[in-house]
Amino acid sequence: MAALELEVVDLGKRFGDFVALQGVSTKVAAGSFHALLGENGAGKSTLVKCIVGYQMPDEGAILVDRREREIRHPADADALGLGMVYQHFTLAPGLSVLENLVLARPRLPAVLDWAAERARLEAFLDTAPLHVPLDAPVATLAAGQKQKAEILKQLYLDRRFLILDEPTSVLTPQEADEVLGLLHGLTRAGRLSVLMISHKFREVEAFCDEVTVLRRGRYVGRGGVAELGRERMAALMMGSEALPEPPARAARVPGVTRLRVADLAVHDDKGVAAVAGMGFDVRAGEIVGLAGVSGNGQRELVEALLGQRAVAAGVLEVDGAAYRGSRAEIDRAGLASLPEEPLKNACVPQMSVADNLALRSFDRPPQTRLGWLRRGTIRARGRELIAAFQVRTPGPDAPIAALSGGNVQRAVLARELAQPRALLIVANPVFGLDFASAAAIHQRLMAARNAGAAVLLVSEDLDEILALADRVLVISGGRIVHETTPAAADRHTLGRHMAAH
Amino acid sequence: MSADVDLWAVPLAVFAGAIRAGSPFLFVSLGECLTERGGRINLGLEGALVMGAMSAYGGAVLSGSPWLGLLAAIVAGGLLGLLHGLICSLPRVNDIAVGIGLMLLGIGLAFFLGKPFIQPRAPGLPAFELGAWSSNPLVREALRINVLFPLGLAACALMHLALTRTRWGLALRCVGDSQDTARALGLPILRLRLSATALGGALAGIGGASLSLFYPGSWNEGLSSGQGLMAVALVVFARWQPWRCLYAALLFGGAGALGPALQAAGVTGAYHLFNAAPYVLTLALMAFASERTGAPGELRLSR
Repeated sequence: MAALELEVVDLGKRFGDFVALQGVSTKVAAGSFHALLGENGAGKSTLVKCIVGYQMPDEGAILVDRREREIRHPADADALGLGMVYQHFTLAPGLSVLENLVLARPRLPAVLDWAAERARLEAFLDTAPLHVPLDAPVATLAAGQKQKAEILKQLYLDRRFLILDEPTSVLTPQEADEVLGLLHGLTRAGRLSVLMISHKFREVEAFCDEVTVLRRGRYVGRGGVAELGRERMAALMMGSEALPEPPARAARVPGVTRLRVADLAVHDDKGVAAVAGMGFDVRAGEIVGLAGVSGNGQRELVEALLGQRAVAAGVLEVDGAAYRGSRAEIDRAGLASLPEEPLKNACVPQMSVADNLALRSFDRPPQTRLGWLRRGTIRARGRELIAAFQVRTPGPDAPIAALSGGNVQRAVLARELAQPRALLIVANPVFGLDFASAAAIHQRLMAARNAGAAVLLVSEDLDEILALADRVLVISGGRIVHETTPAAADRHTLGRHMAAH
Repeated sequence: MSADVDLWAVPLAVFAGAIRAGSPFLFVSLGECLTERGGRINLGLEGALVMGAMSAYGGAVLSGSPWLGLLAAIVAGGLLGLLHGLICSLPRVNDIAVGIGLMLLGIGLAFFLGKPFIQPRAPGLPAFELGAWSSNPLVREALRINVLFPLGLAACALMHLALTRTRWGLALRCVGDSQDTARALGLPILRLRLSATALGGALAGIGGASLSLFYPGSWNEGLSSGQGLMAVALVVFARWQPWRCLYAALLFGGAGALGPALQAAGVTGAYHLFNAAPYVLTLALMAFASERTGAPGELRLSR
């Protein structure tokens, strides 16, 4: 089976008045590893959805091995040998890998002969470059193994052109390198062409041959990765917008310990220990970066720090006093928080933007008088914060669920940083945001630190942590396994600790 | 009767009850199990059970054949199950609420249509007299195995094989576990779910038939004691495995026979307490077996 060549010519797609794609043309050579770059909303997802048949382009053509093809439905893409690995996993978690792969194969007989299916799959695995335990339920696999199983499924289905949508976002750097290396090997062997949506320049530089860059739905450039270089790729993605200044770090000596965690244990939803024997301090005027692969206890830790989850055992202190996240304690600590998925974790989705902005302070003067809420004051204050933090919303009365992810994030940050704070707890604060929004949030975090706040930054993005943190901690298996400084850190060592259990 | 004979009779009666009263539990929990493996909860199986009981009895009275009555129960239960599947396939419909609605509909419809069948006697389903060798009437009674029980064993085996060894079963489990995955694979989600809910309803209908055509073997409005609702707890306890549904049904049936058996043995104190054994058991199981391993991923309260 040989790799496919794919070409799109003048592809266009509109949703109502919104132009998602216009006049996009590019080509992925057979057996090449091609990166698709662009900021949020640049049209990357729309483009690949058109290729695999989830959406129909309004204009333009798709050529597979130089023949124009009509791809109306995912089944059409299947038949041509085009496959896609999604950002979220598409294996049924309760079924085993074997069951998932068998169910995906075409022309499955009505009565299953498991012995024959297993033999067939094992014969295929002998020729495949990656291995996954077949009989374990998918839910019990690590993220890297799930990702490998997804890719294995595509190969088992004889896909010869594979689209990957940010495939490494849930992997350690080692796992990412392993998976991308295997795919790279398949492209070199001429078995597969790959089109990868990515925002990690490191991976693009290490594995990709060529890039195509989109901006606001239009094609803006294409070229060899080596010729373009990182600066030029970023410039193409950003266009004429000025690159935001990196946040300025004021030189300062960390002050008193604000947050102290010692021997902390927190259980997950099933009552299994997600955090155990956790200990660290965060002092005034420093950003402590907590790095790790998703699912190693970060979520449970942050929920416990914010009072959303019970502490099973151990010490959790703010300014030397026990802390359990009651409203009075939050006020006394001067705590601000930006949890991950803020719409779910820090907002009431159907309440208005103004009401959500008032959640921390609605029951105090001037927003409350004699026990009655003053709607006018709440709205006026909402307007001020919306302007100050550039939240793009139809108005203060729109339900906050109607806002885009980046604007929800800005709104929550506006609420949390409306007054100076002494302690900030933020988790993946710029996940899914474009360069400009991300830079603005990073500026504010750094400004809070420079003003003397203690900041705990929990993030799955190592680049973010290395850029912002004064100290770096690595979390793995629910405990701190490594501590370093950004200056002394190297990715390989960090990755090794992230993967260690 | 001497005291030692009385005590010896209690386990025998519990064994008999496990099979006799366990049969409706077995069918309705298999029905719920199948429905839930497809990712839907059908509380309306209580309605399908009562409707099945009425249809079986009415069908047997009218046709003179208990087998035609059984067929009527299968059809009636299956239709109610199908209706549940169809309504739940509409967007933004909550399957719990629909289930409660269908439960009330099924019970109400059965009472309304069943009025004329309260008086007449229907021919009952036959039983295997495995205790014919014994001269003890208690033993003979305990070993009188109704014909539906082996049918239930067969249904158990068939469902186990269908879920694990057929394309349909694998696809249904996938639909029940992750709808997104099923959609990505292009599986016919609606058709798979409808087949599971309709078959589930039909099984609950058979459960009803075993109430009206075997034990207690009559039709009246107090016939069901909530077996259709308790099936939901049974299935959780059975970890969504057909064979474990069998054990759970026997356990519940046996618990249900405890009260009458103790009364027959002369232990009359706390009679009502022992009668409540199945419900206490339900509560205890829900409280202690609520770990959700093996649960189909699509089962959830809000949709």
